[in-house]
Amino acid sequence: MQHYSMNLTLKVWRQKNKNTAGSFETYPVQGISSEMSFLEMIDVLNERLIKEGGDPIAFDHDCREGICGMCSMVIDGRPHGPWKGTTTCQLHMRAFKDGDVITIEPFRANSFPVVKDLMVDRSAFDRVIQAGGYVSVNTGNAVDGNAIPIQKDKADHSFAAAACIGCGACVAACKNASAMLFVSAKISHLALLPQGGPERKQRVVSMITQMDKEGFGSCTNTYACEAECPKEISVLNIARLNREYLGANLSGN
Amino acid sequence: MNSSKLFNSSIGKKIVMALTGIFLVVFLVVHCYVNANVFFSDAEENFNRAAHFMGTNLLIRVTEIGLFAGFILHIVQGYKLELQNRSTRKSKYAVTAGNKTSKWYSRSMALLGTLILLFLIIHLAHFWVPSRFGGLTEIEYDGKSYHNLYLEMKNIFAEPWVVIVYVLGCFSLGWHLLHGVQSAAQTMGWTSSNYLPLIKNIGFAFSFIIPLIFALMPIFMHFDWVLNTGALTLLF
Repeated sequence: MQHYSMNLTLKVWRQKNKNTAGSFETYPVQGISSEMSFLEMIDVLNERLIKEGGDPIAFDHDCREGICGMCSMVIDGRPHGPWKGTTTCQLHMRAFKDGDVITIEPFRANSFPVVKDLMVDRSAFDRVIQAGGYVSVNTGNAVDGNAIPIQKDKADHSFAAAACIGCGACVAACKNASAMLFVSAKISHLALLPQGGPERKQRVVSMITQMDKEGFGSCTNTYACEAECPKEISVLNIARLNREYLGANLSGN
Repeated sequence: MNSSKLFNSSIGKKIVMALTGIFLVVFLVVHCYVNANVFFSDAEENFNRAAHFMGTNLLIRVTEIGLFAGFILHIVQGYKLELQNRSTRKSKYAVTAGNKTSKWYSRSMALLGTLILLFLIIHLAHFWVPSRFGGLTEIEYDGKSYHNLYLEMKNIFAEPWVVIVYVLGCFSLGWHLLHGVQSAAQTMGWTSSNYLPLIKNIGFAFSFIIPLIFALMPIFMHFDWVLNTGALTLLF
């Protein structure tokens, strides 16, 4: 694709901390390359803001290669921007054209309070994982990959669910700020494997209890989460989560 | 089983919505079947006899209590969930994805449900109240007296605005079901990669066919249309 450069207008959410009210600030940016990532574009703006003595825009980022789940902004109403199956760091400026006005907001949910500007506190997810999203045995040395036979389709579904990077886009996209896609991915990837078997019932009950305690909404199956998930986690995992939860409750956990 | 914990959890509340929803869907099928008598020859007698059976059979009357309970549970739980879900994001987005990532009717179940509730109140006042509490004329078949509910329908559907309200009610029902049927299956955990296309197709067909048949009833009655089927009746 032909390289081009563009001038843009950014409307960015600025908020000092979680106790103050935020508002939008407008920033014109010039000479943005179509080959830049979205975060590099903000880097360019931030360098200018620093030079001018202003306060740079705070945003989360780490690996910048789409696997850490740190970048977390809502771009024109879309968590991680307009591209399907892409994190903000992997979104490139060729998704936009010269003269575009881009609205950038933080992930919004009561369970994800804003730390500053575009950074939100997603430790609610950590507490959900701490409630049971693990296998609590000492595994010792790594064993041969084929020592435990696992049905191919189960391994595949488990692997697809394990691709969840816990970025929180599902919560940001959901009209109810529900965390069901995230929790269902974490439940599925362990429930489908023999290693996850012994703690299966206890895990799903504990994780759902914690999820509710964190104040996430209920799933109403609009599937906006699946559409926005950068790892394209399937909502069929939510059906599995519902089965697992109902099964665990009916069988007396 | 800790049932209070189950039904107070987010998934448990959804399960209540799904189970009551499925129950109401079954009711729609029965209601649609009985009322379909109005399309055919000898509609008046067949429909009045069917309505008499539904109004006097003990099993049906007991189920009717369950039906009201199902409606109330579905409505109350639905509103509670809607309020709870609306409170999870105090700071709203300036821009939203809208229809790019989800269907409008899947996001509007409370609104569609409210329209259906308004329709339901009108509908009960039109037919259920006079059937149960009097106000209908009587008609005799084989020496036995029956409520002439058919005549009541004729009179009520003679008004064009009533027909329009009923057809709009059916539209709300159709959109509500279009999301509701497959959503209930998803909540119950019945969807999987093998069954998803089947469930979606069943949901689509159901939400199209049932409201369409219902919508045709007031239209047929308003215009005095009859499908001349001779001996075929839907009486049981």
